[in-house]
Amino acid sequence: MSFLPQLIFLIILGAASFFLIKRVKFLRRNILLGKSEIRNDQPEKRWKTMLLVAFGQQKMFKRFIPAFLHFFVYVGFLVINLEVLEFVLDGILGTHRLFAPYLGGVYTAAMNVFEFLAFAVLVSCVIFLIRRNVTKVPRFTKPEMKGWPAMDATIILVVEIVLMVAILKMNAADQILASRGVGHYISVGGLFFSSFLTPILENFSTEFLIFVERAAWWFHIVGILAFAIYVTYSKHLHIFLAFPNTWYSNLKPKGEMVNMPAVTNEVNMMLGIPTDAPVDPPAEIGRFGAKDINDLSWIHVMNAYSCTECGRCTAECPANLTGKKLSPRKIMMDVRDRAEEVGKSLDAGGKGLEDGKSLLGDYITKEELNACTSCNACVEACPINIDPLAIILDMRRYVAMEESGTPAQWNAMFQNMETSFAPWKFSPQDRFNWAEKVKNEEIPD
Amino acid sequence: MSTYKVPTMAEMAGKGESPEVLFWVGCAGSFDDRYKAVTQAFVKILNKVGVSFAVLGPEEACTGDPARRAGNEFLFQMQAVANIQVMNGYDIKKVVTACPHCFNTIKNEYPALGGNYEVIHHSQFLQQLINEGKVALKGGGEFKGKKITFHDSCFLGRGNGVYEAPRDVIRALDVELVEMKRCKTKGLCCGAGGAQMFKEPEPGKKDINIERTEEALATGASTIAVGCPFCLTMMTDGVKNKEKETEVKVYDLAEMIAKDMGI
Repeated sequence: MSFLPQLIFLIILGAASFFLIKRVKFLRRNILLGKSEIRNDQPEKRWKTMLLVAFGQQKMFKRFIPAFLHFFVYVGFLVINLEVLEFVLDGILGTHRLFAPYLGGVYTAAMNVFEFLAFAVLVSCVIFLIRRNVTKVPRFTKPEMKGWPAMDATIILVVEIVLMVAILKMNAADQILASRGVGHYISVGGLFFSSFLTPILENFSTEFLIFVERAAWWFHIVGILAFAIYVTYSKHLHIFLAFPNTWYSNLKPKGEMVNMPAVTNEVNMMLGIPTDAPVDPPAEIGRFGAKDINDLSWIHVMNAYSCTECGRCTAECPANLTGKKLSPRKIMMDVRDRAEEVGKSLDAGGKGLEDGKSLLGDYITKEELNACTSCNACVEACPINIDPLAIILDMRRYVAMEESGTPAQWNAMFQNMETSFAPWKFSPQDRFNWAEKVKNEEIPD
Repeated sequence: MSTYKVPTMAEMAGKGESPEVLFWVGCAGSFDDRYKAVTQAFVKILNKVGVSFAVLGPEEACTGDPARRAGNEFLFQMQAVANIQVMNGYDIKKVVTACPHCFNTIKNEYPALGGNYEVIHHSQFLQQLINEGKVALKGGGEFKGKKITFHDSCFLGRGNGVYEAPRDVIRALDVELVEMKRCKTKGLCCGAGGAQMFKEPEPGKKDINIERTEEALATGASTIAVGCPFCLTMMTDGVKNKEKETEVKVYDLAEMIAKDMGI
């Protein structure tokens, strides 16, 4: 028995692991370019949210048809990966269907489940391709989807289809070989979905079928390893990041904006209110609000890497619906693109964050920020609890407090509030005038 | 016969009394000509039911919500800290307000600045009064049997998860409650949140309130019920824009209840 295939397999597995670890480190560093934030209160509620929203796909089911199809792909991904375990062990040990003799009928049942899922994934992915490229569901054809994002989605779907075809073809060839009593091929008895491919393959010679079976096996496992690496370059990263992303969900009421303690200290000092803050101000005062990715919480950068660009946020955004430039999905894509740019620059020994560019201005314009109604529709719509609103509001803070760049009408509103304690220009003395009318009215019986 | 009373906290404190609840009127409730009617309606209900309440009157100031959403955290906190000093000075425990923006800010954002109160929206307060039988609805008023749709305010609904209280209040009026295509968690904003109320919209192909008004009109409802001063303005403008102001009225929940009570 030749050990060459095992050796080749180990080299491929090792190389794939090496690249994957390198990519994971790159992503982790990029995410941690964001500001540190500790968000691990209420762990029980966090685990529950992760179980329901990520594992249980709860929010996907707001749109039933895509949810149903996505559910197949998701379960297929989880379950077929169990089979990949056998693939890897077979590859290392030079065995074939390692678990079959131990599991007997259970193995056959499991294989049929895998085949059903492979078929369901295949059909779902074909429908997804049609939705994106033929019927052109509006949320997939927005301006921010032009070019690479649309290509990325198509590559993922095509690769998944090809991988699933490989599994079914491999099983069909494998079982024909077993029925011919060839070598180590074992009959696992009645595989339903791959048996449809039997008529196509059964007229070929044994040698050719061994080639087909081996080729499909290698294609599938190498394909999966390559796909795992590809995912780290792709919007498809949500298959892993959806889990931590939902664990770190914002559990506070959605309407609440996070307080800025640095401002509280200054306000208290101005008003002569004693504070807990140290007497000496910190050596380095950070920026107010967010201009670049390092001003955002690392959780928001992770949000950006978790985003799979489904566009449910943008489809629900009142500003986007009425033709304004704002698209919450684009906000997330911009954060990710900027993090990638900075990360790559740092790795190349470049200037990183000091490259003269920033998230505000070079990626996201004030016009987009100013169009937001803070209605939380995007946050509610996101199937994995991404929070584009927090980023928008953080950036508005930078524009208002560091640049004094808010629209003139807002500046007038600020001025009214400072002088009249109301956003409109009324005399504070008149605030209680509304009561005069009722005070003179008699209460009917 | 007696007249309606609107006691202020200062008057009450002067007499050594403290009310059960502070009615936070808000800027729109104090100054907006249309929305003053809502404030008056709510005060009438409180009088009629005999709720022990007071207002801050001239001591009230903007919560700071629009400044915060527009990015001006300094101004927000200046407003907030001043308001909290006044409220804590009167030892206020419970606050009711008709404005979801004030509601959200006082309930969720004042605690970080030292203001801790039980805060409820007037829809929840009215729901409680109805459930407790304190508001005796005649159910035969001008709304009886009419189609009414409720427009969810973002800061009440998605912002704070209050969806049923306003609907319960409407149902108590013996009307046909019809939902818009986008409602509850999927409700469409009126276009005024996030300080949009105070500036022209960014360039686009349509105004948000027109989109929302079209949805409301599509239900065939004769009344659009709201629970927010900004939504009231936006929806009223939308109905006018569609030249439907004679057939379709926009009312706040408190106005509807007051009308039904004959006050």
